[in-house]
Amino acid sequence: MSKGNNNAATSAKKRGQMYDVWRHLKRNKGAMLGLAIVVLLILMVAFAGIIYDYEDVVIKQDIPNRLQSPSAAHPFGTDEMGRDIMARIFHGARMSLGISVVAVCFSLVVGGILGASAGFFGGTVDMVIMRTMDILLAVPNILLAITIVAALGASNFNLILALTISSVPGFSRIVRGAVLTVRDSEYIEAARAIGAKNGRIILSHVIPNCIGPILVQTTLNVGGTILSTAGLSFLGLGVQAPRPEWGGMLSSGRTYIRDYSYITMFPGCMIMITILSLNLLGDGLRDALDPRLK
Amino acid sequence: MSDKKNLAVEIKDLVVEFRTDDSVVQAVNGLDLEIEKGKTLGLVGETGAGKTTTGLSILRLIPDPPGKIVSGTVKLNGEDIFAKTEKEMEKVRGNQVSMIFQDPMTSLDPVMTVEEQIAEVVELHENVNHAKAIERAKEMLELVGIPGERGTEYPHQFSGGMKQRVVIAIALACSPGLLIADEPTTALDVTIQAQVLEMMKNLREQYNTSMLMITHDLGIVAEICDTVSIIYAGRIVEHGTLEDVFDYTRHPYTEGLFNSLPDLDHREQRLKPIKGLMPDPSNLPAGCAFCPRCDYAMEICKTQKPKRVYRNEEHYVECHLYNEENIKEGMLNRK
Repeated sequence: MSKGNNNAATSAKKRGQMYDVWRHLKRNKGAMLGLAIVVLLILMVAFAGIIYDYEDVVIKQDIPNRLQSPSAAHPFGTDEMGRDIMARIFHGARMSLGISVVAVCFSLVVGGILGASAGFFGGTVDMVIMRTMDILLAVPNILLAITIVAALGASNFNLILALTISSVPGFSRIVRGAVLTVRDSEYIEAARAIGAKNGRIILSHVIPNCIGPILVQTTLNVGGTILSTAGLSFLGLGVQAPRPEWGGMLSSGRTYIRDYSYITMFPGCMIMITILSLNLLGDGLRDALDPRLK
Repeated sequence: MSDKKNLAVEIKDLVVEFRTDDSVVQAVNGLDLEIEKGKTLGLVGETGAGKTTTGLSILRLIPDPPGKIVSGTVKLNGEDIFAKTEKEMEKVRGNQVSMIFQDPMTSLDPVMTVEEQIAEVVELHENVNHAKAIERAKEMLELVGIPGERGTEYPHQFSGGMKQRVVIAIALACSPGLLIADEPTTALDVTIQAQVLEMMKNLREQYNTSMLMITHDLGIVAEICDTVSIIYAGRIVEHGTLEDVFDYTRHPYTEGLFNSLPDLDHREQRLKPIKGLMPDPSNLPAGCAFCPRCDYAMEICKTQKPKRVYRNEEHYVECHLYNEENIKEGMLNRK
């Protein structure tokens, strides 16, 4: 090994492992683009309230100014109620992203624990968990979410619950598959041979080795969940009007799509850009976290 | 006899089976084995003879199901490990007994730095903080001949020989009383083999560790072991000191192993491999397990299991060729 490489490794260590990941992420242009957009989105969510007043701009109807094309005053135009679309997109991001990210985090934790235990312990545990997941999988995702929201009533909490339950099976399948390949490897046996406990083996050896597929599934799932949220709002079961949400905006704009396509185009583009940037970032993170690819 | 000795490990009549739906594989059938403190025992046999299973039994790491320890006792420093709870076993593993696995390429976690992996075992068994453990890890690396600063690298950045050194560093990090080395050099090329063996020899003396050397290479045995047990179909067929087994070979199977090695002094001589294969461990012969492949087989071999015959205090053979009278002179015509 060359001296330069040695130095790089030592200096990286001094600044910690996060620095190392960052260094490799920086090299990936796609991931950096994704990261930039995600940061912008986060800023947008954080400062939406400061830039546009919720009561005054976002939900207040202004019929004389309805259906205006994009202009200096309204960069994205106004919708059928005369509300500024850009303002609604900014505030809508809070709902769309907030609900999706929280729901994905929940399903990652729940699905991850279920999948990891199923894969790691096998036998009856595996049987019980995975058959339950199969039952959930047998019902189409969106239908399952609709059923849950319809049964429990439409509220943000119930929406998150419904989205979580409908994406847990996907997570547990992915995690279980990844764990199964890692479980029988010799380094797990070696970890047992030095006296490590099951919990420790799962946390420090199994999970880090499965991080790739889990991360990819997570970022893809944020995209999918944004779409599901949008879908539920579209059906009237998600975020309730007049609170803006990207899917809801798509849904209410569809009546005007022939003459005023920008009403649906902007929220649609936002959904697309968000999902794309999350996928780029997730892919790059996966590569950066895997020491074998460095 | 064994009461007087200071034994690091004592295995008595160990029987391990792997039970599947269609058959019962008898991997280990009444195996006896003892290692004195500070000594090295070579466990020699073919693939599938039950060497690794024996090693894993000492750590109680036989995958169950399908594996099952049917009977027998394993005593570590006089303590019966089958009486211990799983929690107590976790304290034993890596601390009192550690194991070096066959393939260093796969026995290290690919996404964890090398020093973290060594530190893990230190943290598990000694009451130290992370920084101290990392420090110890670096010391262990230096000890096995790897610069400490390379500890921050990942296993894929190391060569095969260096990985095996890391594995050895992990195994020795808590200075265990017993080290089980499962073919530690099989995956390495010869030049590295010699280095690793030399290092293991030195470390063994430094730490006064007993060692169970599982191998099929008689050259390694001659190099490093004090006593030798030849295992065939899950039973020890011949056991003795290095000198006993190498110079006073008694069992036809041991003879076969020696005859399978090339002889530098007689290079024109053809190798004489043992004909046939190991018997199917799910369907062992009624008599001596080696009988179908044995050049000296007699009628009695087919039906009766041979009894143990001692040549001296240590050296014994399980073979129908011998009785108390003729064991001294031997019956084989080894070249």
